[in-house]
Amino acid sequence: MALPSYADPLEKAWHYAYLVICGLIFLFLIAPILVVIPLSFNAEPYFTFTDKMLAFDAEGYSTRWYDLLLTFGMLAPDAPRDTSWWADAWENAAWINAAKNSVIIGFFSTILATGLGTVAALGLSRPEMPARRVIMAILISPMIVPIIIVATGLFFFYSAISIQDWGIPYLGVVLAHATLGIPFVIITVTATLVGFDHSLTRAAASMGADPVTTFRRVQMPLILPGVISGALFAFVTSFDEVVVVLFVGGLDEQTIPRQMWNGIREQISPAILSVATILVLISIALLATVELLRRRSERLRGMSPS
Amino acid sequence: MTDASANGQLLTTADGKPLKRALAKAQAHAKRRAFFLVLPLLAFILITFVMPIGQMLHKSFYNEGFTVNEDIGSGVRTPIMTNLKTWFDANPLGTEPDEAAYAALAADLVVLKDLRAAGQAGTRINYEKSGSRSMFTKAARGAEKLKPPFKEAIIKLDKDWADPELWRVMRDATSAYTANFYLAAIDRTKDVNGNIVNVEEARQVYVKLFWRTLKLSIMITLMTFILAYPIAHLLATLPLRYSNLLMILVLLPFWTSLLVRTTSWMILLQSQGVVNDALVGMGLLGDENRLQMMYNQMGTMVAMTHILLPFMVLPLYSVMRPINPSYVRAARSLGATSWTAFRRIYFPQTAPGIGAGALLVFILAVGYYITPALVGGADGQLISNLIAFHMQKSLNWSLAAALAAILLGCVMVLYWLYDRLIGIDNLKLG
Repeated sequence: MALPSYADPLEKAWHYAYLVICGLIFLFLIAPILVVIPLSFNAEPYFTFTDKMLAFDAEGYSTRWYDLLLTFGMLAPDAPRDTSWWADAWENAAWINAAKNSVIIGFFSTILATGLGTVAALGLSRPEMPARRVIMAILISPMIVPIIIVATGLFFFYSAISIQDWGIPYLGVVLAHATLGIPFVIITVTATLVGFDHSLTRAAASMGADPVTTFRRVQMPLILPGVISGALFAFVTSFDEVVVVLFVGGLDEQTIPRQMWNGIREQISPAILSVATILVLISIALLATVELLRRRSERLRGMSPS
Repeated sequence: MTDASANGQLLTTADGKPLKRALAKAQAHAKRRAFFLVLPLLAFILITFVMPIGQMLHKSFYNEGFTVNEDIGSGVRTPIMTNLKTWFDANPLGTEPDEAAYAALAADLVVLKDLRAAGQAGTRINYEKSGSRSMFTKAARGAEKLKPPFKEAIIKLDKDWADPELWRVMRDATSAYTANFYLAAIDRTKDVNGNIVNVEEARQVYVKLFWRTLKLSIMITLMTFILAYPIAHLLATLPLRYSNLLMILVLLPFWTSLLVRTTSWMILLQSQGVVNDALVGMGLLGDENRLQMMYNQMGTMVAMTHILLPFMVLPLYSVMRPINPSYVRAARSLGATSWTAFRRIYFPQTAPGIGAGALLVFILAVGYYITPALVGGADGQLISNLIAFHMQKSLNWSLAAALAAILLGCVMVLYWLYDRLIGIDNLKLG
């Protein structure tokens, strides 16, 4: 984006103005996410920078809100912090329980979405797949249909089949989250398969490998980065989903987003910001993983890094 | 092929089958195999996604509140309001309810009392005529004490029982299939003679809300376009090692929890929040007239623009990256100003990206729920929020389903358009 040497002064001025505008837009994108991090260390229950914080006075900062995440909901939060205190926190702290639920639901829905989605993507990327366009449209639609409609439909459906009486905890939410994660798995895995050289599978078959061996030894290693990215997308979708949980989740199925939602609606405390900070750090880690996988996938398939 | 057969030299495979048939068989086999790979997922989506939505759509035009009572414990289904239905079937719309009609009503009220279904039946009527639920529960309580002449006895309980409007609603409700919830969802109702009319001015909310949703979604799409175009262009023209770094700034919001981003905007926009504090601190704003940027349309717009911005940047970027810069250079060398070169050469080439991004952002914006619910306040709510209200607060599920069906119809048309114009295969995530 170098300025051409024949640019006149007006164009030069516009070029720098353009760079400034772009900088401001990037600031608009990233500032709201980063602003919660320092505010979560606020010593006061305010949502803005106090004078002490602006002066970088250590007294203006504290980890009390992170501590509150641990102690909120505990039986004896003020007891000395020994083994039994930690056991109490693990058993009873509201946010820890929410995290446990979120991870369990996220894990199982990711497994379901990734397993079904990967196999389907293999079929969808075959040239002989019948009615490809329609089926693809149906499989992607959970991403497009407004979440409130999905939640409403599931609410009626689950009460009609009384899924809560089946005795499998989290079942309804896991199935719903798997459905919501499937489009992401399909999109990422089919994108990996677009560049897939089908002569490799034919070569494997000609050397006597059966379809399962071909898949396991030839296809899988090549599409694995796409599968893992898809799985991460599916996990994030489940980990971040609140509307379906609100509509169909049982009272004990409290997840992190649901707990946050309640916290924001009732009375927002800086403890929400410390949760938000933790979630931002998790998403940074996930983004880094996906980026590394993408580069690895491109290297494996012999494409230039882009 | 016919020539080969004529010579008696049909092309065959090694085991003697005609080649054409063997090929067709192999292709059918490959087709089946591909389909069987997709089948489990397709079945899963049909059960956990398509069926629930279908069931919801069914609810939007089917409501048994005034026709069947289902016992919660045993699941026994008993028809209710049968006498009244017989009377309605015998007498056309517009007939003044006579003694026979009131006698039928009284008999049905006794049934309602026995089944404890007066609340259910009253609720169904209450959806279309407010205030009638208590009339039903009250009348059913003393139902068997009613003596003929029933007309006077019932009207003595509550003079609203003589309201022809009520009788029109009851007539419609004795059939479980009804389009009245769709009428209600577009601010229409039926008058006493069954003609479709507008509801009174003060209660017209839904059409207004659809328009607001449309207006806000268009504005948000426009805002994301204005903000995304420059940075997508910058990302597409920078050398890869810089653009990859800057791309992280686009992708990080994309990966961050929606609730986190909404919370961030809440603390930024609050009247005691960071933006107001900064403006006051810089002396641009007096402490007493802090800006109200949240709990109104502005809050919804700003937060949703931020949240949906990556969905505009990514398609634009993927269209802009392969554009050859020598076209613009050629235009310049032929004497075009930089503005003309941009307008006539560069911009038209980015049109597919604009279409893809705009449609995607618009589709997602139309159905947004969480962000408007948290930062929208009263006048920043969208249609999704109203569906949630009817699901959770007013419990008028059929109306919620009718509103959802209309929203779903709009989204599906846009989705179809997206598939036709851009193709779902070209959807990219980062």
